[in-house]
Amino acid sequence: MQVSAREAMVHPMERFIGRDLARPDGPAKVRGEAVYVADLRVPGAWVGGTVRSDVARGVLRGFERDPAFDWKRVTFVTAADIPGENVQALIVDDQPVLASGAIEHWGEPLALIAAPDVATLEAALAAVRPRIDPVAPNFDPELSTRVFKSIRIAKGDVDAVFGALPAGAIVVEGTYRTDSQEQLYIEPQGCIAWPPEADGTITVKGSLQCPHYVRKALVRCFGIAPESARVVQMETGGGFGGKEEYPSVVACHAALLARAAQRPVKLIYDRHEDLAVTPKRHPGRVKLRAAFSGEGTALALDADVLFDGGAYTTLSPVVLSRGTLHASGPYRWPSARIVGRVVATNHVPYGAFRGFGAPQTCFAIERLFDRAARELAIHPYALRRQNALVAGDTTATGQLLEHSVGSMQVLDAIARSSAFDRHAWCAPRAGTGAKRRGLGMSFFFHGAGFTGSGEEMLKGRVRVDLLPDGRAEVLAGSTEIGQGTDTLFTAIAAEALGVDTLDVVLARPDTARVPDSGPTVASRTCMVVGGVLEQACRTLRSRVVESGGTWRERARRFLASGGDGSVTVTYASPAGVRWNDATYQGDAYPVFGWAADVAEVEVDVDTCEVDVLRFWTAVDVGHALQPRLVVGQIEGGSLQAVGWAQREVITTRDGRFEQDRLATCIVPTTLDAPRFDVTLVEVPYPHGPYGAKGVGELPMDGGAPAVLSAIEDALDLHATHVPATPERLLALLEAASATPVRRA
Amino acid sequence: MKSIFDEADEIEIRVRVNGVARTLSVPPLRRLLDVLREDLGLAGSKEGCGEGECGACTVLVDGAAVLSCLAPACQVEGTEVVTVEGAGFERVQASFLAHGGAQCGICTPGMIVMTRAWIDACRRDGTEPTEDGARLALAGNLCRCTGYGAIIAAALAAAREERA
Repeated sequence: MQVSAREAMVHPMERFIGRDLARPDGPAKVRGEAVYVADLRVPGAWVGGTVRSDVARGVLRGFERDPAFDWKRVTFVTAADIPGENVQALIVDDQPVLASGAIEHWGEPLALIAAPDVATLEAALAAVRPRIDPVAPNFDPELSTRVFKSIRIAKGDVDAVFGALPAGAIVVEGTYRTDSQEQLYIEPQGCIAWPPEADGTITVKGSLQCPHYVRKALVRCFGIAPESARVVQMETGGGFGGKEEYPSVVACHAALLARAAQRPVKLIYDRHEDLAVTPKRHPGRVKLRAAFSGEGTALALDADVLFDGGAYTTLSPVVLSRGTLHASGPYRWPSARIVGRVVATNHVPYGAFRGFGAPQTCFAIERLFDRAARELAIHPYALRRQNALVAGDTTATGQLLEHSVGSMQVLDAIARSSAFDRHAWCAPRAGTGAKRRGLGMSFFFHGAGFTGSGEEMLKGRVRVDLLPDGRAEVLAGSTEIGQGTDTLFTAIAAEALGVDTLDVVLARPDTARVPDSGPTVASRTCMVVGGVLEQACRTLRSRVVESGGTWRERARRFLASGGDGSVTVTYASPAGVRWNDATYQGDAYPVFGWAADVAEVEVDVDTCEVDVLRFWTAVDVGHALQPRLVVGQIEGGSLQAVGWAQREVITTRDGRFEQDRLATCIVPTTLDAPRFDVTLVEVPYPHGPYGAKGVGELPMDGGAPAVLSAIEDALDLHATHVPATPERLLALLEAASATPVRRA
Repeated sequence: MKSIFDEADEIEIRVRVNGVARTLSVPPLRRLLDVLREDLGLAGSKEGCGEGECGACTVLVDGAAVLSCLAPACQVEGTEVVTVEGAGFERVQASFLAHGGAQCGICTPGMIVMTRAWIDACRRDGTEPTEDGARLALAGNLCRCTGYGAIIAAALAAAREERA
C-alpha cells in the first residue's frame, strides 16, 4: 500500500481519524469466541427445513405426505398458517412467503417443517412431495414480456449526433454480457426464531445486514406492530449484499415454524441449499453504440441495458437504477441516451450483490473504450484521460460535479504505480513460449449512498446516549459484517466527542434498542450513517460544558445536574441536492468515489487459462478514516471482481443453478489472488464525516474490464463476456473478431 | 444434533481435546466437527460448506491440519485434537489482528489453525517461511473478505517472529 497521499491528509489534531484502531471485534474473532447464529445454544430448539418446488414454473395443488411417517413428530407449516399477509415485504408485494398457487421458480418455498433433530427433519422432508401442475417456463430475458422496471436517461440529442457525424469520426458498437455471480459469504444464511411471547412479541436472531428490513418483513407476515417484532443481528460471516434482502425470507420462515411448534426453531441453510436458492448477481446484457471524433473526443453514447431479474421483483428496480446510472462510465458525454429494463424470468430471483448493477454496465463501457482506443490508435489510458469527467462537468443525468472529483488524481496515481500509460498496449509482440503476459486498465466511478432521493426518504437515524458511568453509547442499526463498522464508528464517535475510544460503547444492532439507520448497503455506512453519528456526537459534546476532570467525570456531573444525555440525529441531504425520479435528471448521488485499476495477466496460449499476477488500483475515498479497513475493502472487493472476470462461473439449467456445491462453485483461493498494489487518493468530500466518501462497492466495478483488457493485450482478443473462461477464449480465438467498427 | 452420520451404535472414543483427556460415547461416523461444536461446546471451528472445500472447520489432529467436517469421530481415537480455542495460537492470533487478517471472522479460526500447522511444518522440515509457501499452505482455506493479502502478511509475520 502506498500512503504518501494519505499522510498529507492526517490532521495533526485528529487522534483516531486516519490512524488505524484495533478492531473491537477482532480478539473474539481470532480466538473463535465470536458468536454467529449457528453457535447459539438454545435449549429445546428444533431445527427447520424447507419444502421446495422441483420445477421452475407451475401451480401448486397440494402435498402428498407419506402416511408411513409419523407426522406428529414434526411441525408442518403451509401458506394457510401465515397469520398476516403472505407477502415477502420489500419493494413490490409479488413474492409470497410460501407459495399457495402459482410457482415461479425452481426451489421456491412451498412448506416448512420443524423437527427435534436433523435426522427426523430429513426423514420428514423425504416423506413429503408437492403436487404441482407444471407450466412452461421462460428463462430468456429477451423474450420476457413482464418488465419489473424500465428507465430512460437522456441528455442532448443522440440521434442528431449520429446522423451528422463530423469528418473522421468513428462509431464503435458492442454487446457486452455478464453472467451471474455468487456472493459466497463463508457463513451460510441462517436465523433462529422464538415463538410469540405473551405480549405477542416475536424475536429473531440471525446472520443479516439489515435488521430493520427483517423487522418490516415480519410485521407484514405476522400482521403485527413494528414494536412487536424484535430482530437482533448476530456476528455475521460476510454479506456482500447477499444478506441484504434474503434474511427476511429465512426469518419469516423460522418465525412461522417457531409459532407453530411453540418452541425456538433454528433455520440454518447448509451450503448446498444456500447456493441453490439464494439470490445472486443479475445477469446482464448491455448494448452500446458510441461516437468519437477522430481526435478521440466522446460525442454521443447510446446504451441499452437488460437485466434478468428472475422470478420476483426483489431489489431489481434499484439494481437497474444503479446499473443505468453507471452505464455512461466516468466520462463526459455531450449527448447520451441510456435505456434499461429489468424483466421477469423463471430463474431463482436475482438480488443484491456488491456493486448492485454497476459492475455489469461499467464492464460494458470500459470494454467499449478499449475498442475505441484501438480504432482511434490512441492509447487506452490517454483516451480515458481525455474524456474523464472533472469538476464542473455534468453527468448523463445532468448532475453538476462540484465536490470531491478525484478522477485526474486516480489516473495520475495509477500511471505512477503501474506505468500503464507507457505500456504499448496491444502492440504486436514476438509470440514466444506457451505463456503470454498482458496489461489492461479500467477507470470507473461509483455513487456513494442511496440513489436519487433514497437517502431523503430513508431518513437514517443515529442515537448517542450517555451511560450512568459517563461513557457514550452509540445506537445505530448499521451492522458489522466484516467491513469494519464497529471500528469505524468507534473512531468517529471518539474523535467527535473528544474522548478516548474506551469511553465509547457500541450497542448491538437490535431493533428493540437501536433506531433505524437505514440498511447496511450502498456504500453508505461510513459516509451517510457515519456523518449522522459525527453530528450526534458533536451535539452531545457541546452540551457537556462542565469543566475539570476526565470526560466520564464531566459527563457524570452533567447527568447529575439534570442534563439531557441523549441525542438523536436524522440524516438530511446536503443543501442543493436535487433529483427527479420521473425524468431521471438531477443529482443521482450525493457524491461519487473514483478509481482506476490495472491488471497484469499471464495466459496459457494452449489452454487459454488466465492467471492474474498483479493488480494495481488507485482509489479516491475522500478521506480514509481507517486506512487498513479501506485497503481491506479495496483488496477484497477487487478479488471478487477478478474472480468474476475469469473464474467464477454461474450457469443455469432448467432454472437451477448448476454450481450448487462448493466443489463446483469456484471462488479465488490464495493461489489465484494477484498481488495487490493499492494507492489511496484523498480528495475530501465536504459533506462526509471528516471528508470521507463510500468505498464498499467501488472496487467491484473495475476488476472485470481491467482483466479482459489485459487478456486483449496478451492474446489480441476482444472478449466481451464475463467470465472470460478458457472455453470462451478458445472459441474467440477460433472465430473472427465479431464486434463491428465503422468509420463515418 | 442427530444427523444421518449418527445412525449407528455408539462407541467409546478416548481423545485429548485442547489438553483435556476425554472419553466420549459417540456414533463412529459422527463428524468430528459436530463432536467439537455440539458435544463439547467448542464452537470456534466453523462449518462453511460441510464438504471439505472451505477450510473453516480446520483443527489439528496430532499436529496435522484436518478438516473436521470430513473426519469421523472414530478416526481421532487415541489422538490429540487442538481447536482454535486451544493453546499455541497466541502469536498467530496477534499477527492476524496486527495485519487486518480478520474481517468477518468466519474463516479466521480455520486460517489460524492452518497457519499454525504451516509454521510447525516449516520448522520441522527446516524450510524458510516464504510468501509462496504461505499461499500454498493456506490454499484450502477460503476467505471472501480480504483478498488474502492481509492474511498472507499475517501468517508470514507470525512465522518469521517465531524464528527470530
